[in-house]
Amino acid sequence: MSPELVRGFLYIVASILFVFGLKMLSSPVTARRGNLVSALGMLVAVVTTLTAMTEVRWVWLIGGAGLGAVVGAPAARLVKMTSMPEMVGLFNGFGGLASMLVGWAEYHGAWAHADPILLFTRVAVLLTVLIGGVTFTGSLVAYSKLSGTITGKPVLYKGQNIVNAILLLAVVALGVFFAMQRPDQLDTAGLNIAYLLLMGLVVLALIFGVLSTIPIGGADMPVVISLLNSYSGLAACAAGFVIGNNVLIVSGALVGASGLVLTRIMCRAMNRSLANVLFSGFGAATFTKAGGYQGEAKSISAEDAYLILEAASNVVVVPGYGMAAAQAQHAVRELSELLQEKGTDVRYCIHPVAGRMPGHMNVLLAEANVPYEQLVEPQDVNPTMETVDVAVIIGANDVVNPAAKEDPNSPLWGMPIIEVDRARTCIVLKRSLNPGFAGVDNPLFFKDNTRMLFGDAKATITALVAEFKQ
Amino acid sequence: MELNATTMSLLFFVFVLAMFLGVELIRKVPSQLHTPLMSGSNAISGITIVGALLALGHETSGAVVTLLGALALAFATINVVGGYLVTDRMLEMFKSKDKQGGKK
Repeated sequence: MSPELVRGFLYIVASILFVFGLKMLSSPVTARRGNLVSALGMLVAVVTTLTAMTEVRWVWLIGGAGLGAVVGAPAARLVKMTSMPEMVGLFNGFGGLASMLVGWAEYHGAWAHADPILLFTRVAVLLTVLIGGVTFTGSLVAYSKLSGTITGKPVLYKGQNIVNAILLLAVVALGVFFAMQRPDQLDTAGLNIAYLLLMGLVVLALIFGVLSTIPIGGADMPVVISLLNSYSGLAACAAGFVIGNNVLIVSGALVGASGLVLTRIMCRAMNRSLANVLFSGFGAATFTKAGGYQGEAKSISAEDAYLILEAASNVVVVPGYGMAAAQAQHAVRELSELLQEKGTDVRYCIHPVAGRMPGHMNVLLAEANVPYEQLVEPQDVNPTMETVDVAVIIGANDVVNPAAKEDPNSPLWGMPIIEVDRARTCIVLKRSLNPGFAGVDNPLFFKDNTRMLFGDAKATITALVAEFKQ
Repeated sequence: MELNATTMSLLFFVFVLAMFLGVELIRKVPSQLHTPLMSGSNAISGITIVGALLALGHETSGAVVTLLGALALAFATINVVGGYLVTDRMLEMFKSKDKQGGKK
C-alpha cells in the first residue's frame, strides 16, 4: 500500500471518530466520552499529517504548537463558567484566523513559484480568506461585547446599511477580479496585482467582520456566537477545498452544520428571523420608549417569600443571566436542596436563549452541582403550569414576559416564553423594576399573582436559606 | 492531491453529505448540552491545524509560507487544545442524581 493510501484511510478514521464524538455529545451520560473520542480523532489527523510532511522545520513546528498549547491550556483551565461565552467566542475567532492564514499561505506558496492555480482553488482561497477573516474580527467584537470591554448595546449610525452594502459590493468586485487572475499566465506586474487583490480582500474581510457584528445587541449574542461557530467550521471547510483534503472538508462541514442548527434553534426561541437579528439593531434606544405598563407591583420581604415557599409542594425556578451576574447559582442550589428535603418538587426551567450562549444556564447550574435531571425545558413545564405552586424567577426577564403572548405591539410578540404568569404564584427576584436586557417593559411584574422580591439575587437567596435553616 | 474534474466533484460530494450528516447529528442534542456541544465542535473546527502543518511541511515552502504556517499552527493549536480541555471541564460537571452522593 502506498503511504498516500494509508493516510487517506487514517483521515477517514479521524472523520468517523469526529462523527461518533458528536453523536455521543447528545446525551449527558456519554457526552464526556464523546469529547474524548473526538479529541482522539484530532490526534489521529495530526499524527497522520506529520507523516506527510516532506520537510519538517522543527523550530517552527514546536514553536507554533508549543505557543498555542501554552496559551490554550491554561485559558481552558482557568476560565470562569460565567465567562464561557467570551471564551468560546474567542476560540471561534482563532479558528477562523488559522484557516485564513492557511488559505493565504497556500496561495503564497503557489504564487511565489508562479504555479498554475486552478479557478477552483482560487475561489476556495478567496472563500477561506473571506470567511476566516470575518470570523476572526466578528468574534473579537463579540468577545469584547460579552466581556464588557465595549458596550453591549447595538452600535448604530446613519447610513449603516449603505456602508455595509458598499463594502459587500467591493468584496464581490475584488473577489471576481481576483478569481480571474491565473498566476501562470501573468507577468511580474500582473502577479503583484493578483497578490494585492488578495491582500485587499483580507483587509475588507477583517473590516466587514467588525462592521457586521457591532450593530447586534448583547441579548442577541447567543445567535451571533452560534453563527460565528458555524463560520469557523465553514472556513476550515473552505481551507479543505484549497488543499484538497477530505478530513478538513468533513469536519468543517460538521461544525458548519452544527452552528447553523444552533443558530436556527436560537432564532426560533426568539421568534425572529436571522435577518432581523443581524440587521435590526434590536434593543436599541428606539424600542425602550415603547410600552410603559401601569399598575402597582407588590413588593414582599424575604420572610414573606419564605412563608410562600414553605407552603409550596411544586416549585419551578426560572434562572436568567441575572443569576449568573450575581453569582447566585450556589445559593439557589442550596435553597432547592432545603426545599427538596421537605419533599417539595423542584425543577429548573431553562429557556433556550437564557444566558449569553446556547445552554449557558445549564452549565452554570451543573457547576453548582444541580443534577441534570432537574433541568427541564419550557415545553416540559408550560402545559402543566397551572399545577405549579410557586415559580421563582431569578434574574430572568424577557423569557417570562407575558407581553409576548398578549401584546401584538411588543417587540417580543410571538416569542415562545416560559408562561410563569399561569403559575399559582410568581416570585420575581430583581434589583429594580427596570426593563431587561432587550429594553422591553414586563407586565408580569404588575400581575395579581406576582410578588416582587427586590435586591441582589445572591443576598436575597442567602437570606431565604437562612429563614429555612431557622 | 492532483485536482481534476472528478476529484473536484468528489470533494463537493463529500462536503454536501457531511453537511446533511451534521444537521442530523446536532438536531438530536438536547438544549442543556448546547454549550459543551458548541465548544466541542469549535475544537473540531481546529482541524485546520492539518492545513497549517502541511504549509509548514513542504520542502518548497519559503520564509513567508513558513511564517504564515507557524502562525496558523499556533492559533489552531489554541483552538484545539483549549477547546477540548474546556469542553471536558464542563462535561465533568454534568452529574446525574445517583452519582452526586456525598460530593457537595
